[in-house]
Amino acid sequence: MNNSSSSAVYRLDPARVRGEFLRLLPISLFVIAFGTAFGLAAVQKGILPLEATFMSVLVFAGASQFAALELWGDQVALLPLMAITFAINSRHILMGASLYPMLRDMKTSQRYGLLLVLTDANWAIAAQDYQNGRRNLEVILGGGIVLWLAWLIGTLLGVYFGGLLAHPEQYGLDMVLGCFLLAMALGGRKNPRVLLAWIVAAAAAMAAYWWLPPHTHVVVGALAGGVVGFFWLERKTDEH
Amino acid sequence: MSIETSPLGVLAIIAVMALVTLATRWGGPFLMSYVTINPRIESFINTMASSVLIAILTPMAITGDLGARVALGTTGLLMLVLHKPLPSIAAGIAAAAAARYFF
Repeated sequence: MNNSSSSAVYRLDPARVRGEFLRLLPISLFVIAFGTAFGLAAVQKGILPLEATFMSVLVFAGASQFAALELWGDQVALLPLMAITFAINSRHILMGASLYPMLRDMKTSQRYGLLLVLTDANWAIAAQDYQNGRRNLEVILGGGIVLWLAWLIGTLLGVYFGGLLAHPEQYGLDMVLGCFLLAMALGGRKNPRVLLAWIVAAAAAMAAYWWLPPHTHVVVGALAGGVVGFFWLERKTDEH
Repeated sequence: MSIETSPLGVLAIIAVMALVTLATRWGGPFLMSYVTINPRIESFINTMASSVLIAILTPMAITGDLGARVALGTTGLLMLVLHKPLPSIAAGIAAAAAARYFF
């Protein structure tokens, strides 16, 4: 397997896409619980079941959907809605950018099709694999589809039977994504350079959390960590 | 400017959210297609990628309740010892549930 060749076209392997679908099936069960919580919260705000489901299908970004509910009333202010949705989801911009060294070897239509289901969990795996020298865009597609289905099913359950799971945090379910992302972060490559980037990122994220407008901390922290990489280049070593 | 939450208005709200979110999903690779990737840029985006996770997790740990901290602590510790994601995640979730039940 040659990981360094970037001239070759990246072709998705259907068998691996299916494999990644199955690999993210367990975590998707937890995503169903989240979707249920969203569906319940949405109908409690007076949103119709079909509308809430439609939102999950088309938006597919949980944190921003919950935030939209905070703005809900007889009317929804357009600019705050756009600003909050953009701020919360702007992490996708950085996530997508980090996949570009792989995505550029792919046909344009495939590239942008795949990105429709880009989200935290499947991206975290692709990013970790890339750091470990494996090119894995199959997880974006296969994992993205299973996560999207789970979000849809969860929302449907929530709008109709939400009462069954009114307090997901009682069961620790609000920590699923956090624990998952932490496991991914710690499973990646660790060296003094990465450690320094993490310290800078953590400090910048907290500063932004406390003193900058809401929802900017992820982008601020990530860019600050990236600056460490910009000035401290990794010495070229052979992949083994 | 506001949108009324009438049936048609809700559709408009969903469309606005979907388009803004789609712009964030497509925006990164689109912008990168105008950037020449050299080793320095590649180092930047790689370090940024692993920092995304830290930037999400740090406020979660610092401003979270006891359950959140216990969950992340348990997952982190087990991950460093076992290097197995699924058991580490499951134990973290169970720890959060236990902490919230008992305290």
